[in-house]
Amino acid sequence: MTSQAASGKHAFVRESLGRSDYAIIGEIVEPRSRVLDLGCGEGELLQWLVESKDVEARGVEISREKVQRAIARGVSVFQGDIDEGLADYPDGAFDYVILSQTLQETHHPRQVLREMLRVGRRAIVAFPNFGHWRVRLSMLWSGRAPRTRLFPYAWYDSPNIHFLTVRDFEELAGMESLAVERRYCLAGSRRVSMLPNLLAEVAVFLVSAGAR
Amino acid sequence: MIVEANSVRFDSLALDSGATLAPVDVAYETYGSLNAAKSNAILVLHAFSGDAHAAGISHETGKQGWWDNMIGPGKAFDTNHYFVICSNVLGGCRGTTGPSSINPATGCPYAMSFPVITISDMVRLQKMLIDWFGIPRLLAVTGGSMGGMQALEWAVAFPDRVVAAIPVATTTRHSAQQIAFNEVGRQAIMADPDWNEGNYYGKQPPGRGLSVARMIGHITYMSDDSMREKFGRRLRGKEAFGFGFDVDFEVESYLRYRGSQFVNRFDANSYLYITKAMDYFDLTNGQGSLASALARVKARFLVISFSSDWLYPTYQSQEIVRALRARNCDVGYVELESNYGHDSFLVDVGEQTELVRGFLANTFEKAA
Repeated sequence: MTSQAASGKHAFVRESLGRSDYAIIGEIVEPRSRVLDLGCGEGELLQWLVESKDVEARGVEISREKVQRAIARGVSVFQGDIDEGLADYPDGAFDYVILSQTLQETHHPRQVLREMLRVGRRAIVAFPNFGHWRVRLSMLWSGRAPRTRLFPYAWYDSPNIHFLTVRDFEELAGMESLAVERRYCLAGSRRVSMLPNLLAEVAVFLVSAGAR
Repeated sequence: MIVEANSVRFDSLALDSGATLAPVDVAYETYGSLNAAKSNAILVLHAFSGDAHAAGISHETGKQGWWDNMIGPGKAFDTNHYFVICSNVLGGCRGTTGPSSINPATGCPYAMSFPVITISDMVRLQKMLIDWFGIPRLLAVTGGSMGGMQALEWAVAFPDRVVAAIPVATTTRHSAQQIAFNEVGRQAIMADPDWNEGNYYGKQPPGRGLSVARMIGHITYMSDDSMREKFGRRLRGKEAFGFGFDVDFEVESYLRYRGSQFVNRFDANSYLYITKAMDYFDLTNGQGSLASALARVKARFLVISFSSDWLYPTYQSQEIVRALRARNCDVGYVELESNYGHDSFLVDVGEQTELVRGFLANTFEKAA
């Protein structure tokens, strides 16, 4: 993950979702649980979870400046990449491991998911849906790599290296025998119930290791 | 802020080596005031050549403390909120009992009859001081370099007495390279005929050896970049080479100056004993993994390293953080960008200040 990726994520939380992902994650996360946020930026979400849910919060972030700001606001954040961020923790160290807007930026998404569910009982994964109709139309009309509000980068400097859709994630969850406990599909801050793979801009999944 | 040195005497201290020191004096300074609950105390631990004068202007010498840019009203360790304590380490030469102190059994300085000491001996003596203050739990222990080793030792040895630890630019044990530099320093001192097996008190001290040791130290505290920036190849007070072995380059002049200054304020035998203590330090005590050594730790941590520090490189701080995470401890970690090498923790304090201030405020709030 590059620092550019980190700044992309930051824009995602603030501009695309506003507080709606906080609301969803707040709905999911049980009070006084243990939470690890991978790619936590300046720790806004973790601080909010500490204040509103009294969770025990940890974060991992690659950007030095963001780690500094997170620590200065009182959140315990480790400067490192996501792989480093996970490897050291013992099994089951967390109730939730959050990966917000970063799965499509990781080199080995399957490995990351497995590690998340090794160190955490549940994983919360939020990602932009590459199956959204705007993305499909953009590519169809321009005949070039799609650029939309959620995928604003030129192909050569996009942090996104693994594009996925709502359906793709569900298929991967099936292959990995993960139990999808909850799924939230969003367009702006609205929930989408019909044709989520076509209409959702962002999806948030709560998954756990299914019966093996 | 004018500050005064204080001192307290304890009856005895049992050492790791099996020897006992009796009595033991501890020189200390304090800044700010202890609150009624005694919950706002921070113990600042000095590096190898530091002393108890961490902040303010010394009443006796008129000199500024070694971490004055970090400790004081409105600074990182804000004395408007916290009570900051700093003491000279065991084995030191700035008021706490060390090899230059008088051995009550002989009436002469200990010199090389002073027992070999360890970082954990230093920390046990500091704990006596904290007990003497009646402080049940320190809000934080912090220090850079050897001070960071003591902060780690505090968190491991007295887990119930430390709320938070901020080890800066430090390690859980010296690498071969770190031991090697210390050994060169020791050999420089012992090769000076004036050292005289350590018996130079009241005579000519081994100034040449100690000064060379300090010159080596200064090289390891800086970085290639910071030396290039500070000195480059500039000549000192001349337009052309002198074709001799007097000072030609600025960097030679600087090192000679720092070396000679050091001789005036530091005892050569203290140099030997304290560097040995650093080399012996191993948080695992040579047994088991670092993670198992940290099993009893309860403190939360803020670990800081510096990008250009090649004496205590970032990987050593990351080892601490890895082991703490393996124990699921509360730890924040960042490598700050700085060109000043190991000296960064003393001179480049802007970003450190922001980090430490937020971390302490949050720790104090949680602990209350």
